[in-house]
Amino acid sequence: MPDTLLFAMEATLNGLTAGVMYALVALGFVLIFKASGIFNFAQGVMALFAALTLVGFQSGQIPFSHLINAIFGTRLHHFGWNMPTLLAIPATVAVMILLAILVERFILKHLINQEPIILFMATIGLAYFLEGVGDIMWGAEVKALDVGLPKGMSDTVDELTFNWFGYGFFIDRLEIWAAGIAAILVASLTIFSQYTKQGRALRAVADDHQAALSVGISLRFIWVLTWSIAGIVALVAGIMWGSKSGVQFSLSLIALKALPVLILGGFTSIPGAIVGGLIIGVGEKLFDFFMQPIVGGATENWFAYMLALVFLLFRPQGLFGEKIIERV
Amino acid sequence: MLDASPTQTALLEVNNIEVLYNHVILALKGVSLDVPKGGITALLGGNGAGKSTTLKAISNLIHSERGEVTKGSIIYDGKNVVGLDPADLVTNGVVQVMEGRHCFEHLTVEENLLTGAYTRRDGRAAIAEELELVYQYFPRLKERRKSQAGYTSGGEQQMTAIGRALMSRPKMILLDEPSMGLAPQLVEQIFEIVARLNSEQGVTFLLAEQNTNVALRYAHTGFIMENGRIVMEGSAKDLRENPDVKEFYLGMSDKGRKSFRDVRSYRRRKRWLA
Repeated sequence: MPDTLLFAMEATLNGLTAGVMYALVALGFVLIFKASGIFNFAQGVMALFAALTLVGFQSGQIPFSHLINAIFGTRLHHFGWNMPTLLAIPATVAVMILLAILVERFILKHLINQEPIILFMATIGLAYFLEGVGDIMWGAEVKALDVGLPKGMSDTVDELTFNWFGYGFFIDRLEIWAAGIAAILVASLTIFSQYTKQGRALRAVADDHQAALSVGISLRFIWVLTWSIAGIVALVAGIMWGSKSGVQFSLSLIALKALPVLILGGFTSIPGAIVGGLIIGVGEKLFDFFMQPIVGGATENWFAYMLALVFLLFRPQGLFGEKIIERV
Repeated sequence: MLDASPTQTALLEVNNIEVLYNHVILALKGVSLDVPKGGITALLGGNGAGKSTTLKAISNLIHSERGEVTKGSIIYDGKNVVGLDPADLVTNGVVQVMEGRHCFEHLTVEENLLTGAYTRRDGRAAIAEELELVYQYFPRLKERRKSQAGYTSGGEQQMTAIGRALMSRPKMILLDEPSMGLAPQLVEQIFEIVARLNSEQGVTFLLAEQNTNVALRYAHTGFIMENGRIVMEGSAKDLRENPDVKEFYLGMSDKGRKSFRDVRSYRRRKRWLA
């Protein structure tokens, strides 16, 4: 087999796994957008906040210790123990659910029936607020996140591909795990929304708020539910990205990568978010692979946005955007 | 058809309510009406008379449209229900079928029906029973149960909406403009099912209609609204035979008068110490 083809295959595989990481972020956006028509600008910061909280719990950091020290002149930093990951993750989930309740209580409840743009502005505010709270709570330094997921090159893939093609592919083990976890996440979300009462209610609210109210579905509960789920998805994204490149402010910028994914896959489709993520991931890597000799690389930074632009021109509802049902 | 109202006790009493939208627009200016238990009560009037607002004030769906009841009381089953959460009202047996049907387009017909049972806590078996009952009244829905509601016909959507309301096992259904956009034959069919649900299942109906003719044939009592006020009330039979109603709403006159505004004598308002 020619080398170029092998390299392209490797790039494709790498693209697929990278795409899963993008899809994880996009998923959180889709969930909230579907249920409430809000484009949640704070989704990226929620991932950062979740990752910060997880690291904080794991390392036994005292929340708001800087603030407490500044006010009372104390020297608190750590509880002096480490929380096992298996306990820290549920604790972080609880924090994300609490966050969802607070968001509903202090933001959404007061903006009922407002224009989407107003809700969008509110989420911008939420993003900055959460960013600040995250810093005050856990400190602004870069932290390493380790939940015990394997990292580095996968030897299995390397060996397998070496045996098949005589050339070992380099695939990050973390990204393979991310793909598996994302698959489980999507499967459970699908089962939840298709086969449970609350899932059905969620889809009903997405279709028609007023009608949902009229049959006795509580919008406030549904909002808490979607924001909780989006918070959990943010946690998963935060864990994956945090394990890969450390927990720091730039983690919240992964939201920007989700944007082209959403435009490609459609804002209302869970499978769209996945497929969109994969297309962007693969497209990015292959484009870079073939264009590198011509333009000298660094296309990864802009390829996704260019592709999104093309989609906006020719298929604005995305690949899987919800069809607007119109009877004639 | 059915002229005597089955019972005299009122299941619902609306006392001199005022409704404000957005804190400025006064949509209802003191509406009072009572709905006898086990009857079909029609709320008639033209566009913008306030029929829908009255129904939404009762079900408290106006809250999500930035409206509120600023005066008066709504007594359902002996309790004041002004400002109660729509979900609580559904639990207590009052459910609204909104104007324009409002089906969940991307859900199947059966899923639409099942969402109607959202507030019920009595288990899957009881809900499955209710579903069978709905299919019994609307056999057409059983045939279409796997179709996405958005792709079904207007009549099927209206049936879905009524069936969905039935799934909560209501004591009272607020039915807003069931005839909207439907062929006369279908309208007749829908009203027949409403009458059957009323007599066989004992469901009380308060229905808002522009189609005075059909509504007064199936209802027991009626109220006529204009400009956010009730201008006339009476048994369906009396209303049908009333010369002014005939003239204004049934189109059986050649005189130029078009509304109760021209006939001051019918102005009627219960005066409550509100």
